[in-house]
Amino acid sequence: MIQETTMRVGGARRVYRSSLRTRVSRIFGRAASHIVLLAGAAVFAIPFVWMVSTSLKTDRQIFAWPPVWVPNPIVWGNYPAVFDYAPLHRYFLNTMVIATAQVFGAIITCSLAAYAFSRVRAPGRDVIFTIMISQMMIPGVVTLVPLYILFAKLDWINTFLPLTIPAMLGSPFYIFMLRQFFLTLPMELEEAALIDGASRLRVWWTIIMPLSKPAIATVAIFSFMFAWNDFTGPLIFLNSRTKFTLSLGLQAFMFERRTLWGPLMAASTLMITPIMVVFFLAQKHFIQGIALTGMKA
Amino acid sequence: MTVKHPRRRLRLATREALTCYLFLLPWAIGFLAFVLGPILASLVLSFMRYDVVTAPRLIGISNFRDMFVTDKRFMMSMGNTAYYVLLYVPLHLLVALGLALLLNQKVRGMPVYRTLFYIPSIVPIVAASILWVWILQPEWGLINSLLGLVGIKGPLWLASLTWSKPSLILMALWGSGSAMIICLAGLQGVPQHLYEAAEIDGADRWDRFRHVTLPMLSPTLFFMLVLGVIGSFQVFTTAYVMTGGGPAESTLFYMLYLYRRAFVFLDMGYAAAMAWILFVVVLTLTLVQFRLANRWVYYEAEQR
Repeated sequence: MIQETTMRVGGARRVYRSSLRTRVSRIFGRAASHIVLLAGAAVFAIPFVWMVSTSLKTDRQIFAWPPVWVPNPIVWGNYPAVFDYAPLHRYFLNTMVIATAQVFGAIITCSLAAYAFSRVRAPGRDVIFTIMISQMMIPGVVTLVPLYILFAKLDWINTFLPLTIPAMLGSPFYIFMLRQFFLTLPMELEEAALIDGASRLRVWWTIIMPLSKPAIATVAIFSFMFAWNDFTGPLIFLNSRTKFTLSLGLQAFMFERRTLWGPLMAASTLMITPIMVVFFLAQKHFIQGIALTGMKA
Repeated sequence: MTVKHPRRRLRLATREALTCYLFLLPWAIGFLAFVLGPILASLVLSFMRYDVVTAPRLIGISNFRDMFVTDKRFMMSMGNTAYYVLLYVPLHLLVALGLALLLNQKVRGMPVYRTLFYIPSIVPIVAASILWVWILQPEWGLINSLLGLVGIKGPLWLASLTWSKPSLILMALWGSGSAMIICLAGLQGVPQHLYEAAEIDGADRWDRFRHVTLPMLSPTLFFMLVLGVIGSFQVFTTAYVMTGGGPAESTLFYMLYLYRRAFVFLDMGYAAAMAWILFVVVLTLTLVQFRLANRWVYYEAEQR
């Protein structure tokens, strides 16, 4: 009896001591992770802070040492000044036209292809699917030169067609992403509709598309971002300033006025803002899309 | 009835197949016209001299011979690119994995941290390049100003022969956020019971990382490695915007040189030949990676 009690007491004490130790080490561990996280977050965020801060400074403060973090006074003049050097509104419109065409084209063609790959059976379909997957591994540079020649022959250079038509016909990344999503949808609704005599096209439009809004939104966001960020395409296929996109226009501005840091940072801030807005409105779709592409293996 | 039935099924199957092909048609047209066709055209072109204005002329393998024999810039751009790939790809994986491990803890405010680390990766590349030219500016840039505060004289960064490539890599690493999210998704897919089992077996933190986390994450890492190599061999925009290939061509990457040959010197045949060399190099490396994959990539399904 006695023996048992001491054992129990001893046991309890040991449990207590170790729990205190783990609690202390946990608190230290947490504090350490917070410090590391904060330091890391600062490193990743400081460039943005610096960009916005520079865009609101006078030249004297831009070139001040030690560096000034909060502009004093805050000047807004760099923002209107951008438009004296670069017609940003024009570039913005051009980019929007290209991005909109790409987004709507990609949604329609990619979801049709993804629906076929996930549900509609045909001989050779899986071979075609493998071909499409290998297409993702082809470095884009191999097609660059012949595409330029092709578009030159078609008289498409300096139009938006090279930047929209190929993208509107569908990209393997989005097709793959949507197929993965379609595979998770239940078949019952669709089968019922097919038995009632609905065509595949009708099933796709009235059942699959409405059920896939989150995945479609992800594709929309990714193709919008691609169009918004693309530089190589516009660089090669556009050559008159009235056709420039934001990326190309901003690069030209930088090339010509390398030292106008205030207006340059204002222009960069203006270009980044829409992407940030999209991100904060649709955060979950970003994460989901990346996870879907990453799940490949 | 018994005769009619299979025929009807056949007709249905044919109709279904036709529907399938029809739905795949837009992508197939795009693939044939803008991918497969151009790839083949590019191969033919690589044996030609063509300047867009005059008619193309077959010149045998002289484009390829020039590359390896007379053209010093070709080898130099290849070397610069290899430097970039060899340094960037491993660092990129390390940063992505490190951040993902850091962000996989149960700590208050995690969504805010995740957002902060992720955001740089969605910044348009031209905007990011301009921002980093300013940050790396030797006299008034942020980094050298901060280094100056602690009494260190920072390097010339983009204007320095030794630091120009590391500068571009540093900037690229700033955008590791999407790779980090892929890693994080992988980490969260590791079943908790494996960690519990390892703990019961007396595994410490490192053991658990080495024998549970890494194997379970290896397919994700492999995927990132393959795409990372393909992508970084084509590094272009940052160099084009930030350095224009300088100083002294230390950032003249393969793609940048190819772009110049094609669109500045209108040497389409030579550029096509260069593109094919790059294609073969990247394809070989990808195949080698797939071959080596079964040594270190762990697929759970095989064990079942």
